[in-house]
Amino acid sequence: MTTSIRGDNLLSLDRVSKEAIVEILDTAESFVEVNRRSIKKVPALKGRVVASLFYEESTRTRLSFETAAKRLSADVLSLAVASSSVKKGESLRDTISTIDALGIDAVVLRHQSSGAALQVSRYVPHVRVINAGDGLHQHPTQGLLDAFTVRQILSERAGTSGLESGAELFRGLRVLIVGDVRHSRVARSDIAAYVTLGCDVRVAAPGTLLPVDIENWPVSVVEDFDEALEWADVVGLLRLQRERGSGSFVPSLGEFTQTFGLTSERAARLRPTTIIMHPGPMNRGVEIDSKVADLPCAVIERQVANGVPIRMAVLYLTVAGSKEEVVL
Amino acid sequence: MSSNDERQTPQSDLAFSVEHQLMSSDDVSRALKRMAHEIVERNQSVDMISIIGLQTGGVAFATRMGELLEEISGRLVPIGLLDVSFYRDDLSRNPMPKSATTTIDHDLTDRTVVLVDDVLFTGRTIRAALNALSDWGRPRSVQLAVLVDRGHRELPIRPDYVGKNLPTSLDEAIVAKLDGVWISKRVGS
Repeated sequence: MTTSIRGDNLLSLDRVSKEAIVEILDTAESFVEVNRRSIKKVPALKGRVVASLFYEESTRTRLSFETAAKRLSADVLSLAVASSSVKKGESLRDTISTIDALGIDAVVLRHQSSGAALQVSRYVPHVRVINAGDGLHQHPTQGLLDAFTVRQILSERAGTSGLESGAELFRGLRVLIVGDVRHSRVARSDIAAYVTLGCDVRVAAPGTLLPVDIENWPVSVVEDFDEALEWADVVGLLRLQRERGSGSFVPSLGEFTQTFGLTSERAARLRPTTIIMHPGPMNRGVEIDSKVADLPCAVIERQVANGVPIRMAVLYLTVAGSKEEVVL
Repeated sequence: MSSNDERQTPQSDLAFSVEHQLMSSDDVSRALKRMAHEIVERNQSVDMISIIGLQTGGVAFATRMGELLEEISGRLVPIGLLDVSFYRDDLSRNPMPKSATTTIDHDLTDRTVVLVDDVLFTGRTIRAALNALSDWGRPRSVQLAVLVDRGHRELPIRPDYVGKNLPTSLDEAIVAKLDGVWISKRVGS
């Protein structure tokens, strides 16, 4: 178990302790304040170099990682894979060695293969590796920013601050994850974060979109999706990942929407306080109805906004922190 | 132990024996009162003064200083709290402090900022604070008030208002709170 990510890599949330997650959320709280200032920049990572390496397309993750690094005063090397030597057949290992030779302190990696981030961390042990999504495996910062968003909303409602509440508001919180769990790294990171923080997590999906080893997951599968909607405090929708072939796992998109989409009729069953989340990009009209996405309890834009402070916290702790130090 | 002292003594996980109390709560309260009068005297009025307490050791003293200035002048003095974690130059050398939140709700341009902290030691916290302040505007002047000045400066920084000068050795730790000041010596090394 990782008790703090200081000076460490962030590859997965699977073996990260509750204390470590709370430390990240609390640090992000300080960065929310930095992002509200007129001068949104602190010198914490001045002189450090962060390389961002995205082998898959991404809008919000890449932009928010790069924004985060810049607000910490780090220099950002951004590799546009589509126009790089990768297109000439350069291997991941050689690309990493090349970037490393330029002198970097951290690499933010998005890759289509599960385990790519772990592999890179072995190539360059002196560089901090932050996983920004690897295949079907993990997307740790998404799990963290989702937990952060939930804590922020619940602490506002309770009239307290996120810092004061620690992990308290997660205890027994009922979280329902819906949709393409099988192909979703977001689901894996979300579930790890929520379960570690003490939530009661259930998943709802057509049998074909459940992972084959679901019985080993710390979650239960709901029988009746409509009933589960009434049960849930938080509904986390997942994108149907057509680029990973999800389309062939359901008879038709229309049928998926009929059975597991959050349609307007279904959204009416939710309690008014239930938080609706989606990691984006949304397939409006498939897993979420366009009107539902714009409801006040749908916090999708807030998730995006929280991406910057969470990624600042992760970069700050992993790059500026060191493993040996005393935790004060 | 105050956050300040934790940074100043990286080996703070080693045993420190609490040796003795150097100031009582009455001493602290008298010192703060005197400093408040000095602040008013030197600036003539409190109208343009902003009190900024440094997280986390300076918070209690800043709050108390604000109350005292209000008692003396009858006017409300704005108080802000400043966390300098992200501005330190020793992030990779010392234990990373637990970051706290900055709350400054007014523009500091053209104001007289009085930084308040518990213990002044190397001066590196103050250096970080001066850098941080520039992100909130351009104060007309910045003054420094500390309850305890324990010496060992590593930068050309000196306080404007001091509660007590305490010559210390490097293997001693100072704890300063509203209810007293204690000194302890590292044992077993």
